[in-house]
Amino acid sequence: MPPSLAEGQGININFNRFFMNHYETVFILNPVLSEDQIKETVKKYEDLLVSKGAKMISKENWGLKKLAYPIQNKKSGFYHLFEYTVEGEVVHELETEFKRDERFMRYLSVSLDKHAIAWAEKRRNRDKKSA
Amino acid sequence: MATLQQQAKGKKDGEIRYLTPLNIDTNKTKKYCMFKRSGIKYVDYKDADFLLKFVNEQGKILPRRLTGTSLKYQRKVAVAVKRARHLALMPYVADLLK
Repeated sequence: MPPSLAEGQGININFNRFFMNHYETVFILNPVLSEDQIKETVKKYEDLLVSKGAKMISKENWGLKKLAYPIQNKKSGFYHLFEYTVEGEVVHELETEFKRDERFMRYLSVSLDKHAIAWAEKRRNRDKKSA
Repeated sequence: MATLQQQAKGKKDGEIRYLTPLNIDTNKTKKYCMFKRSGIKYVDYKDADFLLKFVNEQGKILPRRLTGTSLKYQRKVAVAVKRARHLALMPYVADLLK
């Protein structure tokens, strides 16, 4: 391998590391699923993220919550939250997977800025204390 | 001719004059931006109870002329409310929300 190519790869790795952004995804799962099915789905998408090089920061399970308005004629849903760092493209891949999966009723991915990261950390600590 | 003379002095016919000055209550306390005052840097869309303060009974976003929020944070509040609506944490349309 010529040295110039090796250098190029080195730069690429740094480049990727530089663009590892902080993201947060909330999704609502269909309420007709059983506990095991939900665990399995959450696990599946967590594994997907990790396999794409994501670093999971936190997972939250808000449980069965009432919706403010009916979605697909359902009045409640299982809320879950992922917080992770990945490259931006992976978020799009994750969202297309969500779109194809019928178990997902809604999802929202948001990138977090420095204030949001600070708030997320504070929120996590607060939840830990109250729990 | 008397009326003409009065008009010349600067008194108009239609002008209403009060014997005692009107007492109109004005709000003395100034509105303030609660984000700036309490140092909140990030408006969280997951906290629907908090966002309820910036919404009227029908679930519409209140103008900042009423809430006193600064422009910078009003934009963030608006985005947060819209995200909360998408996730069904807040309603798009409601009646008697409060």
